[in-house]
Amino acid sequence: MDVVSFVFTLFAFFLLLGALGTVFSRNPVAAAMWLVLTFFSAGGVWLLLQAEFLALTLVLVYVGAVMVLFLFVVMMLDLNLAKLREGFWHNAPLALLVGGALAIELYLMLTSPAFHRAAAPAVAGSNTKMIGEVLYTVYAYPFEVAAMILVVAMIAAVTLTHRKRSDVRVVKPEEQIAVKASERLKVVSLPAEKE
Amino acid sequence: MALELPNFALLAPQIVIALAALVLMTAGAFARERWRQWNYVVAQLAVIVATLLTVFTSGDPRVQTTFGGIFLVDWITLVVQLFIYLSVFAALIYGRFYLIERGLERAEYYALVLLSLLGMQILTVANHLLLFYLGLELMSLALYALVAFDRNHALRAEAGMKYFVLGALASGLILYGLSLIYGATATLSLPEISSVAALRPGDERVFGFGLAFLVAGIAFKFGAVPFHMWVADVYHGAPTPVTLLLASAPKLAAFALAFRLLVFGFFEYAHYWQPMLMVVAVASIVLGNLAAIAQKNLKRMLAYSGISHVGFILLGLAVGVVEGNHQLALNAYSATLFYAIVYAVMSLASFGLILLMARSGFEAEWLDDVKGLNQKSPWFAAMLLITMFSLAGVPFFVGFFAKLAVLQAVVAAGYLWVAVLAVVMSLIGAFYYLRVVKLAYFDEPTERQPLIASSETRVLLSGNALALALFGLMPQGLMSLAAYAMIASL
Repeated sequence: MDVVSFVFTLFAFFLLLGALGTVFSRNPVAAAMWLVLTFFSAGGVWLLLQAEFLALTLVLVYVGAVMVLFLFVVMMLDLNLAKLREGFWHNAPLALLVGGALAIELYLMLTSPAFHRAAAPAVAGSNTKMIGEVLYTVYAYPFEVAAMILVVAMIAAVTLTHRKRSDVRVVKPEEQIAVKASERLKVVSLPAEKE
Repeated sequence: MALELPNFALLAPQIVIALAALVLMTAGAFARERWRQWNYVVAQLAVIVATLLTVFTSGDPRVQTTFGGIFLVDWITLVVQLFIYLSVFAALIYGRFYLIERGLERAEYYALVLLSLLGMQILTVANHLLLFYLGLELMSLALYALVAFDRNHALRAEAGMKYFVLGALASGLILYGLSLIYGATATLSLPEISSVAALRPGDERVFGFGLAFLVAGIAFKFGAVPFHMWVADVYHGAPTPVTLLLASAPKLAAFALAFRLLVFGFFEYAHYWQPMLMVVAVASIVLGNLAAIAQKNLKRMLAYSGISHVGFILLGLAVGVVEGNHQLALNAYSATLFYAIVYAVMSLASFGLILLMARSGFEAEWLDDVKGLNQKSPWFAAMLLITMFSLAGVPFFVGFFAKLAVLQAVVAAGYLWVAVLAVVMSLIGAFYYLRVVKLAYFDEPTERQPLIASSETRVLLSGNALALALFGLMPQGLMSLAAYAMIASL
């Protein structure tokens, strides 16, 4: 066994272990941590395929951002585990059916001639650098469009969720400084009372 | 790799729109209250400047490309873009009063409208599958947010949520289709895909599969049967100015998307997508017209009527390819472009009239709310009559010529039974359009509040409805524009 296949076996083992752990662990926080291990191992496998950019993105985005967000949500929600597990055996036949169909489909697809093609020749040099090069030249325009999509996401998120709370009193220094005497002091003329 | 500097002149209209959207976004966060009225002016100015730039930078009839061929401007781009600008311009004018009355006229509204306009612009210039996807997402994301813009209103939030979830599903379908097509052809560029001479036998099946997903995604974005579930709920739930926008400009953009992908990119594979489009189109015409009869809500009724009109547009696209007859294809495609433009203008007029009748606390969205419009305002009752007649396809209104042109193409392609079915369904559909006219003229009004609207809305709406009558008397100008665009681009 050479080094590459040894490393692959190692990563593949941890990938499967992580995936099984995600499914079988009783605690959602632990399941999320198992999923982190799965993503990390998948990143390792991609690294072996010389797709280092994808591997890094997977670790940065999924492990670094998505799973952290997920953990936050899981920790904040008070999940009732017993309720989630209700009806497992009731739904099991359906789950087996769907899983079985998926397995058969995958088998048929992977053995069909359409997916039997020679592996693409490995790219010489760093593919991160190559992606960077085309991203800012050939695909500069789609790249900018993607940036505009993020702007939309930002505007939409702020408009749809930002609320001015009227029940909270806030000190507004600029109004306090700009205040005039006439706004604070009201001079009322009272006619002298007659005896 | 030699790198050519892109031709930024072609990009100018999009840069203007994007900059205006960013300015409005910043203004929404920092500008003072008294500057608010300028948001509207900035948005309208951006649309006008973009229109002028589009005319002056791409007045050249040749096909121009830049960014290494992923960006393409031709006559179809030009014509579709001009009518998209016109729709957005009218949508902003019609909707302003409604938004002010409900406290919704904020800078973010205009920023989102401009960003969705940017997405539509990109859809008309894209010549690369990646760019199509990005443009579609930009347009759709902004529209989802606009539908839910009045977030304190349960119906609006529900509509936004439905549109978002189903739209995400459609995006997934399109993306999956695109990835399969990439897998079969190893390229994302449309000209390269259309020039891939022959696919390997296995790849052909992968390609056809990808096309099926793509057609489903396109049908969803159009709101065609069987992917129409969202249309009525979203049209009903969205604030009327957003419904107006949703029913006009994005349909033109979706036409550009479908046309570029199917006709420019996958013309050689028409035997795959032609039957799919045919089924979708016929189902849309049948279901749209039948379901519209049962509606009591004017916006829902117009939503189903929109489904049937979309059916006609897809029908025109489907019948273009007949044994490589170039002339027939040209006729069919120019009829389709004509139909898409006419439908957008009719949508503007019909939803514009709903906005005209609406006022604070009164949406004017039920059929009963139209009752006795003639007693309140004979002029706008006449405009409603013109719009409804045109939507129904009554002769000598422009909607009639649009239907006629598409049906001619259908008959020329040899699908006589489809044409007969479409005519029968249009006749059935005439019932619910005429019912609106009957309510406006022959029924007693349920309430007697006068119409309140700004003078620019009154003028533009009158112009809009009169245009439907005028183009009905002289359809040649618009028709030859559509035909010329096709001849110059194909």
